[in-house]
Amino acid sequence: MTKIISDYKYRSTHEWVKRLSLNSDIYIVGITDYAQNLIGDIVFIELPVVSTVFNIGEDCAVAESVKTASSIYAPLTGKIVEINMLLNNTPELVNTHPYDQGWIFKIESFKSYEVELLLDAVDYQNIIK
Amino acid sequence: MNKSLKKLEDSFITRHIGPCWAQQKSMLSTIGISSLQELITAVLPPEIQLSTIPHLCNAVPEHLALLELKNIAKKNKIFKSWIGMGYCGTIIPSVILRNVLENPGWYTAYTPYQPEISQGRLEALLNFQQITVELTGLPIASASLLDEATAAAEAMAMAKRISSIQTNRFFIANDVHRQTIDVIKTRASTLEIDIIIDHPDNAVNYKNIFGILFQYIGTTGQIHNFSSLIPELKKNKVIISVAADIMSLVLLNGPGIQGADIVFGSAQRFGMPMGYGGPHAAFYATREEYKRSMPGRIIGVSRDQSGNIAFRMALQTREQHIRREKATSNICTSQALLAIVAGFYAIYHGPQGLKKIATRINRLTDILALGLKIGGLKLSNHTWFDTLTIEVEDKKNILLRALNLGVNLRNDLNNAVGITLDETTTPQDIMSLFSIFLEDGHGLDLPLLDYYIKQHNDSISLPHDLLRTEPILTHPIFNSFHSETAMMRYLHRLECRDLALNSSMIPLGSCTMKLNAAVEMIPLSWPEFTEIHPFCPIDQIRGYIKLISQLSNWFMLLTGYKAFSLQPNSGAQGEYAGLLTLRRYHESRKEYNRNICLIPNSAHGTNPASAKMVGMKIIPISCDNQGNIELNDLRQKAEQAGQNLGCLMITYPSTYGIFEEKITEICKIIHHYGGQVYLDGANMNAQLGITNPCTIGADVVHLNLHKTFCIPHGGGGPGLGPIGVKKHLVNFLPGHKIINIKGLIHSQHPVCAAPFGSASLFPICWMYIRMMGTKGLRLSSEIAILNANYIAKRISTTYPILYTGRNNLVAHECIIDLRSLKSQIGIGEIDIAKRLIDYGFHAPTISFPVPGTMMIEPTESEDKIEIDNFIAAMIAIREEINLIVKGYWPLDDNPLVNAPHTKADLAAQWNHPYSIKQAFFPLKRENKYWPPVKRLDDVFGDKNLLCTHYPSS
Repeated sequence: MTKIISDYKYRSTHEWVKRLSLNSDIYIVGITDYAQNLIGDIVFIELPVVSTVFNIGEDCAVAESVKTASSIYAPLTGKIVEINMLLNNTPELVNTHPYDQGWIFKIESFKSYEVELLLDAVDYQNIIK
Repeated sequence: MNKSLKKLEDSFITRHIGPCWAQQKSMLSTIGISSLQELITAVLPPEIQLSTIPHLCNAVPEHLALLELKNIAKKNKIFKSWIGMGYCGTIIPSVILRNVLENPGWYTAYTPYQPEISQGRLEALLNFQQITVELTGLPIASASLLDEATAAAEAMAMAKRISSIQTNRFFIANDVHRQTIDVIKTRASTLEIDIIIDHPDNAVNYKNIFGILFQYIGTTGQIHNFSSLIPELKKNKVIISVAADIMSLVLLNGPGIQGADIVFGSAQRFGMPMGYGGPHAAFYATREEYKRSMPGRIIGVSRDQSGNIAFRMALQTREQHIRREKATSNICTSQALLAIVAGFYAIYHGPQGLKKIATRINRLTDILALGLKIGGLKLSNHTWFDTLTIEVEDKKNILLRALNLGVNLRNDLNNAVGITLDETTTPQDIMSLFSIFLEDGHGLDLPLLDYYIKQHNDSISLPHDLLRTEPILTHPIFNSFHSETAMMRYLHRLECRDLALNSSMIPLGSCTMKLNAAVEMIPLSWPEFTEIHPFCPIDQIRGYIKLISQLSNWFMLLTGYKAFSLQPNSGAQGEYAGLLTLRRYHESRKEYNRNICLIPNSAHGTNPASAKMVGMKIIPISCDNQGNIELNDLRQKAEQAGQNLGCLMITYPSTYGIFEEKITEICKIIHHYGGQVYLDGANMNAQLGITNPCTIGADVVHLNLHKTFCIPHGGGGPGLGPIGVKKHLVNFLPGHKIINIKGLIHSQHPVCAAPFGSASLFPICWMYIRMMGTKGLRLSSEIAILNANYIAKRISTTYPILYTGRNNLVAHECIIDLRSLKSQIGIGEIDIAKRLIDYGFHAPTISFPVPGTMMIEPTESEDKIEIDNFIAAMIAIREEINLIVKGYWPLDDNPLVNAPHTKADLAAQWNHPYSIKQAFFPLKRENKYWPPVKRLDDVFGDKNLLCTHYPSS
């Protein structure tokens, strides 16, 4: 059964987004349980470079298994402020803990309205049905 | 002519075509068609069927074809070529020639995508990588690229990817080999990279460059020490590549130690002859942090399910078949067989033997240099390994004297002559060179010169601070097989681990694993073809010119085109060359913005990767559920592209194995919007004498000579990908800057180092066409289609056929759909592929072009008996799956999930719910194949990349 966290936001390209704290402009980003399952055993995550600016929907990281390489897209326009260094040596965290320890990067959102355009858990659930 | 004489003429045809007449008849009746002609009429759209078959030649039997080719070969003149420029004379150890290069167990194998049946050649390629790593001083090596010049272009493209500097300027040292610079310029032109060429020491003066290419030993012989220059340059974060000569690296330390990021070069002088340009492997190495940006295949060490060491292709997600336009390169077929030979050359000689060879070459060069200096001549270079540039006043006479003695020297330098000595050079040769430069009566005494050098601290030509201090190749593999007996057994041991065409049918869809007849391989070892330098005078290659003209002419007749370029070294390079031709054409019409390339979703990943290489923008086109291109989508996207439409890339018959009905309409739509049609000739095997690219409406095609025209796959290369074009494109074909031959090759930037690519492979295709004749070639395509339809018909009751075309027929291959098996039962395409190994078969192509399927291509060379055996195996496996469904065997312990079964499994205590007989001998097969390892742990291999052997304990 694919796990979905009810209070996260989602993108149809299978990224999840979680606000760092109540009034923060910083959001934590990862890929969903559904996505990690589709990719299979992840052997490498190509992380973005900190302080790079991405537009919404831009290709900013890659999750590699032995058979596929899947792009991870920026769910919001903004600047990368932190990356999950743990993934350098233990990329499998994305498989085992996609919603917490397997987070991929933190992005500082430049356009607050973009958050409203993301999917909620129910919409995302419908997409992957 | 009476009938019995006619039969003799056609004798090779019946050797090449698998099914005899009676078998053909029986197979036709299975598919419910009365004749081959009727089959062809039923399978192809009528408007593209040729009304008359183009006449190439009548077939001749094997021995007469050999005689005729020998007469052509004799028109080549074998000179001693000391031209250098990256090509040297070599001595190939006979034990390697006979047991590897001339052995179908090695040359007929496919790329090792299925590691369980490829451990022999994977080990051999790992040996090559180990040599690369140790000689270059960099930790990550690939399993070969196409040649030194294309490796240089790849290095530039890689530098662009990994460099953090946002500029488009690339620096090349002015003493890099000319052809290398030319190939880089070709690549740079489409990637909008500006090339700066200057003296290597001046590199520090240029700001804002993303990458630099140096050559360790300059083209005129000077050895560079980069150890202070590179750290200085790296302060600006420039990516530094160094081209290096493999033999000199035995004595000199690796450029990696001096700080280079990428080191590459040709491995030719490790056992492969010059062969008028190839095939040769290029080695390529880089730093750990750049491994994911490296082009080409990497062999890695992993473990199998039982925990034993096993090898596999690693980090495949970099490659075009997965990453498409985001791949690190379009390269697929590389030069596996030649890399394997280079590895064995090093193993046979061992580190001491290699050192002896390299030292001897250098000593002879020292002697030559000393003698020439005593004779009053001046050298341009004051350090050297094997190459001298001699300043001369009477260049013309010296070159003339050389030619009179059967010697080629480098003649393209201003007021100077170049000499590069090699492994074959003898003391007598040095005396001849003295006579050439100093005329008879020079009075030089070779032993005396040698003695003088010895007295003066041995070599003074190699800078002492660059000499290797640490031993190389200390692993036991490089120190155990120096007697011919030991070597022969090592080669045999590896060969036996692999499954090649000499064991069984290799039904790989889209790969065309047809017969590579022994007689076609014989001329490969003829010195008239092998001992020719690619830049030698035209007068010495009249045989090659005849061969190339004749072959081009035949290709033109078969495709309907006006001209061919035989230069591209692989199918992927053919795509690159063809797209480049189209781009140059558009530019000639001042339509610079025509850079959109439409590519159907069904296309092989190489297509988008190649389009990316020429700077095109890729727009995908959808296919319908019948596997055909959606015409509406095509029309819409062509219209949207409008003035920017460059071309469409399409494969025919399609990658789905069907003769698409609307192909002519598709081509018309593209032309209507001003685009060109690129036909991927991967499936040309189904077209010979039946239809052709010109009739279909395409403008350019590449032919995979390693598929349709019998060059063996060599375990992943060599291949060749010549391109043919319509009249309006002739002037835009690749050419060469060093060699121009009127009517054959013009002055245009090349796509690879040698004017005619890997020319020494042409005899294979020439022999095939000459022995098959027009009729035989058409028959080959007819039988390829017959065999595929026979399989489709018989297997369809067990496994659904995914796509069929007109009259429910397929072209020369068919796709079986295994997706519902996987979703319903949990047994998938991988399990069936691995189980086929136990039945003694190489699996069909897995999950291409559709995930969860298998694509089967029998080719015309397999007879009905072998095809029936394969079908029986597939049906038996389906019955095994039924037993799992019925609960006889659990899902986690059955013959499929445990496949393949090894000898170690047999020796272990048997505690599976199925019998040993079921596991190992499910069907009677004369020739039981034993896989040496169980399934590979892919994840472990990719997470822990090791591209050399484990250090021996």
